[in-house]
Amino acid sequence: MNKKIEEKQDMAAVDRILAENRYSKAKLIAILQAIQEEYRYLSEGVISHVAGVLKLPPAQVYGVATFYAHFSLKPKGKHIFRLCDGTACHVKKSHGILNALYQRLGLSPEKNTTDDMMFTVETVSCLGACGLAPVMIVDGEVYGQVRPEKAVEIVETIIASEKNNQE
Amino acid sequence: METENKFVTVNGIEVKIGSERNLLELIRKAGIEIPTFCYHSELSIYGACRLCLVDIEGRGVVASCSTPPEPGMVIRTDTREIREMRKINIELLLANHNRECPSCVRSSSCALQDIARRLGVGDIRYKQRIKMQKIDKSSPSLERDPNKCILCGDCVRVCKEVQGIGAIDFAFRGADACVVPAFKRDLGDVECVNCGQCAAVCPTGALIPRQHQDKVWDAIYDPDKIVVAQIAPAVRVALGEYFGFKPGENVSGKLVKALKMMGFDYVYDTCFAADMTIWEEAAEFIKRLENQTDLPMFTSCCPAWVKYAEIYFPEMLPHLSTCRSPQQIFGAVARKVLPGQLGAKPQNITVVSIMPCSAKKYEAQLPKFTQEGNPDVDYVLTTVEVGRMINSMGIKFEELEPEAFDMPFGFATGAGVIFGASGGVMEAALRYVSEKLNGAPMNNLNFKAVRGNATRREATLTVAGRQVSVAIVHGLENARKLIMEQKAGKCKFDFIEVMACPGGCIAGAGQPITHSKKVREQRTTGIYNADKSMQLQKSQDNYMVEQCYQQHLGGCSGCETAHHTLHTGYTDRSGIFKT
Amino acid sequence: MNNKIETIDLEKTSAGYAAAAAAVKCRIILCAGTGCVANGALAVREALAKELEAAGLNVKLELSAHDDNHDIHYISRSGCQGFCQMGPLLHIEPAGILYTRVKVSDVPEIVAATLVNGELIERLLYLDPVTGKRCKGDEEISFYNRQHRVVLKNCMIEPDSIAEYIHRGGYYAARTAISAMTSQDVCQKILDAGLRGRGGGGFPTGRKWQITLASENNKKYIVCNGDEGDPGAFMDRSVMEGNPHSVIEGMLIAGKAVGADEGYVYVRAEYPLAVKRIRSAVNAAAAAGLLGNNLFGAEFNFKLHVMEGAGAFVCGEETALLASIEGKRGMPMPKPPYPAVKGLWGKPTVINNVETLASVPAIIREGAEKYRSIGTPDSPGTKTFALTGHVANTGLIEVPFGTTLREIVNNIGGGVIDNDGKVTGEGFKSVQIGGPSGGCLTPAMLDMPLDFDSLKNVGAMVGSGGLVVMNNQTCMVRIARFFMQFTQNESCGKCVPCREGTRQMLAMLDDIIDGKADAQTLELLEQTARAVKIGSLCGLGKTAPNPVLSTMHYFRKEYEEHVFNKCCPAGECTALTPLKIIAEKCKGCTACVRICSVNAISGEKKQPHKIDADICIKCGACKTVCKFKAIA
Ligand SMILES: Cc1cc2nc3c(=O)[nH]c(=O)nc-3n(C[C@H](O)[C@H](O)[C@H](O)COP(=O)(O)O)c2cc1C
Ligand code: SF4
Ligand code: SF4
Ligand code: SF4
Ligand code: SF4
Ligand code: SF4
Ligand code: SF4
Ligand code: SF4
Ligand code: SF4
Ligand code: FES
Ligand code: FES
Ligand code: FES
Repeated sequence: MNKKIEEKQDMAAVDRILAENRYSKAKLIAILQAIQEEYRYLSEGVISHVAGVLKLPPAQVYGVATFYAHFSLKPKGKHIFRLCDGTACHVKKSHGILNALYQRLGLSPEKNTTDDMMFTVETVSCLGACGLAPVMIVDGEVYGQVRPEKAVEIVETIIASEKNNQE
Repeated sequence: METENKFVTVNGIEVKIGSERNLLELIRKAGIEIPTFCYHSELSIYGACRLCLVDIEGRGVVASCSTPPEPGMVIRTDTREIREMRKINIELLLANHNRECPSCVRSSSCALQDIARRLGVGDIRYKQRIKMQKIDKSSPSLERDPNKCILCGDCVRVCKEVQGIGAIDFAFRGADACVVPAFKRDLGDVECVNCGQCAAVCPTGALIPRQHQDKVWDAIYDPDKIVVAQIAPAVRVALGEYFGFKPGENVSGKLVKALKMMGFDYVYDTCFAADMTIWEEAAEFIKRLENQTDLPMFTSCCPAWVKYAEIYFPEMLPHLSTCRSPQQIFGAVARKVLPGQLGAKPQNITVVSIMPCSAKKYEAQLPKFTQEGNPDVDYVLTTVEVGRMINSMGIKFEELEPEAFDMPFGFATGAGVIFGASGGVMEAALRYVSEKLNGAPMNNLNFKAVRGNATRREATLTVAGRQVSVAIVHGLENARKLIMEQKAGKCKFDFIEVMACPGGCIAGAGQPITHSKKVREQRTTGIYNADKSMQLQKSQDNYMVEQCYQQHLGGCSGCETAHHTLHTGYTDRSGIFKT
Repeated sequence: MNNKIETIDLEKTSAGYAAAAAAVKCRIILCAGTGCVANGALAVREALAKELEAAGLNVKLELSAHDDNHDIHYISRSGCQGFCQMGPLLHIEPAGILYTRVKVSDVPEIVAATLVNGELIERLLYLDPVTGKRCKGDEEISFYNRQHRVVLKNCMIEPDSIAEYIHRGGYYAARTAISAMTSQDVCQKILDAGLRGRGGGGFPTGRKWQITLASENNKKYIVCNGDEGDPGAFMDRSVMEGNPHSVIEGMLIAGKAVGADEGYVYVRAEYPLAVKRIRSAVNAAAAAGLLGNNLFGAEFNFKLHVMEGAGAFVCGEETALLASIEGKRGMPMPKPPYPAVKGLWGKPTVINNVETLASVPAIIREGAEKYRSIGTPDSPGTKTFALTGHVANTGLIEVPFGTTLREIVNNIGGGVIDNDGKVTGEGFKSVQIGGPSGGCLTPAMLDMPLDFDSLKNVGAMVGSGGLVVMNNQTCMVRIARFFMQFTQNESCGKCVPCREGTRQMLAMLDDIIDGKADAQTLELLEQTARAVKIGSLCGLGKTAPNPVLSTMHYFRKEYEEHVFNKCCPAGECTALTPLKIIAEKCKGCTACVRICSVNAISGEKKQPHKIDADICIKCGACKTVCKFKAIA
């Protein structure tokens, strides 16, 4: 279900976002955030378009997009696991969860999205729920005091329900 | 202004505070050298290399490039802590650096190498922790080796602040931070205009002009080839620096001699072509002035500027003079004339340009500048490349007896020579235009109003009772500002000269590297001295040019053949990022 | 813009709220902070409303001044109450009951037993892990009753109700500052209070304001730094979520103090709830004429924007933060020029931390003396800490400066736990304070008073206030490595010492952990750390070596064990931990024998195998290949 960037049609959304932000260069980050919200990632086409409209060098917009961890220049999977590796979660062994997820999904720090574009596993530093460490967010839902088995269980549940959907 | 003298103490010596913007300048003024990578007096302060650290009593260690002087400061530039920190800094940089000094183009003019040696960095105790990356050779002008980049950001700032382009910028962060064109594309595929100013400020070999020495050697050693050279105006006042001469010293005679010794068959002067440029361009201007069409007219001899206009101001392209640059005029004429004159097949004549410029490398390979499949100019060498070739031949340049250019394309006037400095094209054109419009020979040929080193200079002249407004800018950001003003009706010029490099071609990316304004001024002075020493000062007086028109270009300037050979057209490149 | 909106009458609003509150018979406060929401607090709230209604009670989710109905059961929300581990938390007032870990399935019983019949439900009460007793409410819980809550006090209010904030004294201080004080007076009062910046540096806030006031310019800005990037700290989040108006009021007062008329709240993107609450508070304040033009009828205008970060720790650094607001890469710039002189868009700018700004209204309202009466002379007031790691009670705490570590770890935190979560009364190894810029404290420092200066003296810092307790099953080299990895990820990459130095330091720590280090590694690591510390451009790099230097200083032996004896005393570094075959589990399948590249494993088929520790190179290959999990 990846939204493909069909240039003409889809730039309409980008143009709308640009207009909402009054074509302000200063709003670049907010603009990119809104666009990413819409498409789940920032394509080269979109970045060039934004650069062109805002009259910024594309290299500069690219530089901003690659600076901030929230921006993704690659499409992400349908289901996103964001595992906290902040201090509190780290001392409560968050890496065990990460390894379990990597192993189950065949992923690694270098390759964090499955080939079928179903899952992305990322780490973030501190979600501000340290009292519940270790913490994980799956598709926006926060899970606290997660154990590796629990994380894998969530994966299995998603896989099962995806299968059901297909049938 | 306070009249009272104010001082700081540097390593125990009192130093008077003048107009320095920062401690670094003040300390250097006091004769103490402080290593830097990221400081440039003409760029914004960046503060990233951390080599310029000094210790201020009561404040601790600060970066001198970003600290303004305050009276009473007690500064030490060489504490043990700072010494250790600087060495570690260099060691850290070298650990993941593509260390190949002996074969690196920047060797001996490389700041990293120089500072490492000066600080006595011996053993690199750190392990190499990163994989080496691909070298980008996509640009016809420049080569980018990310493995030698120390991320000082000088190139980024010059491209953005001076050229107003921003073709390269920082991307990613932390250990992954790098300086790249958008989307990590190759430099040849983005909006870079090939001016090479990034390479001129780069302290290392991460950005260098493309090297074509080997190809030229091949041609020289090829018995079938007749190799001819043209030497650009600005080369003669800078090449000497490579051999220890003072900046600005005119070494054209020695260079001709050296080239002959290397095996070039004929050596000509690009200034001849520059004179011809004036015949065409000034005539074009007079026509536009009389018809009041497509004014202002812009000069078109700087290929970086031309490409800039093609990308950013396609609507202004009709305003560019259609006249080719002197390099390409020379190439076109050489291709046309030399086969007959030398009795050789066109493909057996190799035309080599010796240029102060990286953009000329780009210009020479444009498909539009070919005749029957042969490029008008085969290879472009920079000043530095030629210096290196001379060295490699074992020639003692200092001791050479000067030799004269070959004729007919070795004959030039002072007007052709001053093309090498910002304002020169304009002045040469004015020498032509004023006389033509006045209809009588003129005495005062020096249009001092258009000289100088301000980044923008303006003058209004009365020529034959007519007011002509002209402007000169260098640095493309200044060009952009001027165009925006002109478009907004805030100014109304008739004729505008644009050069991409600061001060014009004397500071092109192919020249020996200098960061000193003074050196640039000396080179400019050298150009105007050369002008004075020439037999003739006005392009219109160049009878060899006139002869050339008569014999080879259909008779006269402006005629069909001449126009076809000496003019060109432009391409709208504004869509470079539209996919 | 909204220059026609008149500022609301604070007294009238207070009175209106008081009247409405008087009609409340019982107030149920459900924590709706990130932690409790994650644990299902919102569902509990819904269920509660339904159940109460079904029981025929008068339920309200919002209070309105025009309610003449009495006997209201008001279910309000609050920001994080600090005890997320026990969430969702449910307070019942005025009975003073605190129920923990409340689930939807508990709701019918809560309504029937407690709200209708006034009985306590024992199993929902907090169980003190030390005494084994159940505690009725906050007063009986050592986690709460040993704290001194000032900034967090108002975190029990309904964050979306501006009226409740006003009723509790909110915006009076802003009114006083704006209509009855001069800018100089405001600065002076903050200076007198001795308020020091809570963003880490501890710079006197009044001084910062005075400098900005002195920078002549007709445009100035106030920026609230809500970037809170320290991994393991979340006090700013809870203030923004639970008491957003205190931040706005603090900014108004700061605006008056320096002559600024525009402000930005920069919130990190990982805090969606904080962004939402701050945004709605800004809208509410604007609607009430507390933001806009001619506030309180005075010649004072202030407008406020909320901006979301995009995931970069370094944007907490002032100049990087400003670059980010301007839409650029968050790369720090050299100082000077300081933001107070040349900040946002080149204009004088005050940047203050969330907690700093939230502390301001009380100082104006209650006076500098009152503020100084808490804390130490050089570090007055209270400080919030995020207490995490191996302690029984984790969460957000607020204590006066000068409180000892012992008090925090043993009493508020309920003691150190082991890896199985048990309080054993021993096993305390270290506290990491100040996050990636901070350092480690040892058991010997348990009685040191915590304040800005004493922490600095031992190579740590208050920093953002993260307090991570570690038991003796924790490897200190790995902790240093963890922070190094963090700073390495978060370094902006601009300056050489930080970019290259942290990369090499991380690699050297990896070498130590992997058993590949030698004596030179330790020496070079230390030298590099020193160079990075003095050479880096911004605070991130300048403090990045602290966790390494501090662990190397206090836990030198542990490093040496790793390097010279190739042994990890805490047993965490797998490469240094000799593997053993558990005889009971081994089936003798010989898979491990075949994979071992150095022939360290021997044994008969179908008999338990053995690893020769002297030959084993600790590659771990056998462990992954053993299907019976017999190798550990
Ligand atoms: C790398 C780095 C990260 C920082 N992160 C924060 C932060 O998340 N929140 C914060 O308030 N201050 C942070 N600071 C400190 C701020 O730069 C600044 O000093 C502070 O916001 C000033 O406010 P205060 O005077 O109220 O403490 C950070 C500093 C550095 C160098
Ligand atoms: S860039 Fe400098 S240091 Fe690097 S290889 Fe070239 S000459 Fe040597
Ligand atoms: S300087 Fe040393 S390393 Fe370099 S070429 Fe000479 S001998 Fe070799
Ligand atoms: S050659 Fe000129 S335009 Fe191209 S990147 Fe370098 S400075 Fe920029
Ligand atoms: S390419 Fe050269 S100028 Fe540019 S950042 Fe790298 S070292 Fe500096
Ligand atoms: S100014 Fe001269 S040297 Fe510079 S790019 Fe233009 S032509 Fe080349
Ligand atoms: S110290 Fe680190 S974060 Fe700060 S400017 Fe330097 S590289 Fe960037
Ligand atoms: S692989 Fe496991 S079960 Fe098999 S011999 Fe080795 S230790 Fe025993
Ligand atoms: S850890 Fe590696 S070397 Fe040691 S026994 Fe297992 S396979 Fe052999
Ligand atoms: S450290 Fe994981 S939520 Fe804070
Ligand atoms: S010259 Fe000062 S930091 Fe580079
Ligand atoms: S979120 Fe409820 S106590 Fe922290």
